[in-house]
Amino acid sequence: MALLQISEPGTSPDPHQRRVAIGIDLGTTHSLVAAVRHGLPGCLPDAQGRVLLPSVVRYLDGGGRQIGYVAREAQAEDAANTIVSVKRFMGRRLADIVDAHKLPYHFVDQPGMVAIETRQGLKTPVEVSAEILATLRFRAEDTFADDVHGAVITVPAYFDDAQRQATKDAARLAGLDVMRLINEPTAAAVAYGLDKGSEGLYAVYDLGGGTFDISLLRLNRGVFEVVATGGDAALGGDDFDAALAAWVLHEAGVAAASPRDRRAVLVAARATKEALTDAAQARFAAVVDGRLVERLVSRTDFDEQTRPLLTRTLSAARKVLRDAGITRDEVNGVVLVGGSTRMPCVRTAVGEFFGRAPLTDVDPDEVVAIGAAIQANALAGNSTDGELLLLDVIPLSLGLETMGGIVERIVERNTTIPVAKAQDFTTFKDGQTAMAIHVVQGERDLVADCRSLARFELRGIPPMSAGAARIRVTFQVDADGLLSVTAREQVSGVEAAVTVKPSYGLADDEVARMLQEGFAHAESDMAARALRQSRVEAERMILATEAALAADGELLDAAERDAITSLIVQTRAAAQGDDHRSIDARVEALAHGTENFAALRMNRGIRAALAGRRVDEV
Amino acid sequence: MKLTDDDFTLFGLPQRFAMDGAQLDERWRALQGQVHPDRHASQGPAAQRVAMQWSVRINEAYRRLKDPLARGAYLAGLRGAQLDLHANTAMPADFLVQQLQWREALDEAADVAAVEALGRDVEQHRRELFAELESALDDRGDARDAASRVRALMFVARFREDIDRRLEALGA
Repeated sequence: MALLQISEPGTSPDPHQRRVAIGIDLGTTHSLVAAVRHGLPGCLPDAQGRVLLPSVVRYLDGGGRQIGYVAREAQAEDAANTIVSVKRFMGRRLADIVDAHKLPYHFVDQPGMVAIETRQGLKTPVEVSAEILATLRFRAEDTFADDVHGAVITVPAYFDDAQRQATKDAARLAGLDVMRLINEPTAAAVAYGLDKGSEGLYAVYDLGGGTFDISLLRLNRGVFEVVATGGDAALGGDDFDAALAAWVLHEAGVAAASPRDRRAVLVAARATKEALTDAAQARFAAVVDGRLVERLVSRTDFDEQTRPLLTRTLSAARKVLRDAGITRDEVNGVVLVGGSTRMPCVRTAVGEFFGRAPLTDVDPDEVVAIGAAIQANALAGNSTDGELLLLDVIPLSLGLETMGGIVERIVERNTTIPVAKAQDFTTFKDGQTAMAIHVVQGERDLVADCRSLARFELRGIPPMSAGAARIRVTFQVDADGLLSVTAREQVSGVEAAVTVKPSYGLADDEVARMLQEGFAHAESDMAARALRQSRVEAERMILATEAALAADGELLDAAERDAITSLIVQTRAAAQGDDHRSIDARVEALAHGTENFAALRMNRGIRAALAGRRVDEV
Repeated sequence: MKLTDDDFTLFGLPQRFAMDGAQLDERWRALQGQVHPDRHASQGPAAQRVAMQWSVRINEAYRRLKDPLARGAYLAGLRGAQLDLHANTAMPADFLVQQLQWREALDEAADVAAVEALGRDVEQHRRELFAELESALDDRGDARDAASRVRALMFVARFREDIDRRLEALGA
């Protein structure tokens, strides 16, 4: 599929075939699905009219599952089998979860990513998240009475490679085609920017249930450029609940020992926190160890107990401003995202920090999903304004381990993606024929302080004296922020490559196996679905190719044109048949056969972008 | 237009050190508007590959053109200077003396005020070096001299990091 829509970025090649494209905010406490309908983005409600889906999955006796509100209601009574805030465990090892001992789960440390022992056996965070995503997918399919073509899923800007990969795997497991992972603050800015036609520099302060992000974005005629991003992947509204609960228990002189008690006090703390949004004081009440713990909590009490958490968010904000070389008064507006920004102490502190009242007019719970839906609509080719473009950055530096456990940074944080960077290394021993490559992510100088992403070996280097080999290691980060690394010995041409699959063990074939087990699909409709998708894809490629030929056909000579035309004919013929594999093969052949044409059209597009701007060379 | 064209050609800008930042930003956005993979999202994997290559290339050029030191080094290289930073450490002679004095000053600086004063002095020199780099590249066409200024500026960049680290350690 090698056609480029250059001449008319604003028009879809086929206005009759709108594809259902959804945006999903996979949140720590709540998840939402949104879509653009009749030109307007909005969140899709469930049968009861509720747009929020609590991100809670309960594994029942006998193999069933509950997802959402029903599961959340059961969390105190069945804490060990009811997984809340699973997002905090995505792509994490047990050692990464600082408060694991306080949580009511039976964690099992597995290589790369922790798993939770439930009455239905071991569940990885990827599987739990897939349950939530599948629920939202079904909601969208019910709404549109159609298959979902693709989804844009949001992640905290601060998510590292392992967390992004885990999110993408969960989506695949839920039967979703991920068109793009985008950062939550970027999505929020998209929702705001398009509504208001804003220009300038914006800060997005996003305090969710379990994560905190602060990002600076420059908006310029539909281009959303992330200037810098930072935050804390383990700080959120849940921590405010925990701080309040810990204080109340301490004051009352009781301890919550059982999983059930621990869950009960967190639920009570959350209710108290929410009540304090509108009231000056609220009652905390929870049964701990058979005894009622009760207390009146004032907003001042709450603010005092949670101030250290708030201070952490503001120092992250300060750091991001410093990274970007921007002062607070250069910021044109501050957007609040995440249900936790409803806390009055957050609004006041953010307002004081930036010296201006934050923007809050889009619902802070919905704003991220809405932005994702707008981007999904654009990526699916449904959008009528081709202006929207997100230029995102990587949140954390990427590097390699060198001698002595020191990190050599290859791609610095806040570099615009996609990006590729290469660095040359050499052997340090005579006759060395292999080199171990250890890829890490983080800002610290020591490997031990960074996150290990992958290890691989370049073998078969011809024996040379120390320092003679030239090994070029290339890091490539795609537009989803996912990394692949290749290493190549320049003299001999020996090569090794990995797509950095963080080592949590969910390899491609494992995802395939889980899909086969009918995780989110009925077996029978999988084949029909595959055929339908292949036909739609074939039809779309044919239309796109014909449109490209009509627009830029003169870039080709007669023979090239004929070759492409005949590929179109073959693809059309295959699409009449019932074998989705042969359709896919023809589509791939058409893609391959139009690659050169795509390159020629790209060239024309670039020249068009510079037309009338070129300054004569001096 | 080829992936192998030099950065200035890709951006349709003259091969000069002096750079209009706003114009550069605008070109970058216009080019990404054409080549970014998202612009070709519904066109399939082959188009994505072409788009990815171009988008990466445009970002690489943008990063280099935007950073004055990288731009100076690149332009000196285009004009035939051997930068080869590991082997060749030729710097302006007076600069060698200067950097020794700075090192000593940083070692001796006891408080934030002393380190900040040193920082201002370094900043002043940095600006002068950039002015000389610009003149070497744009007026005198002296790539060798430009390369020696680039090396001096690289030292300054590293030294500024040391100053920042020191300030952080002092709790500024």
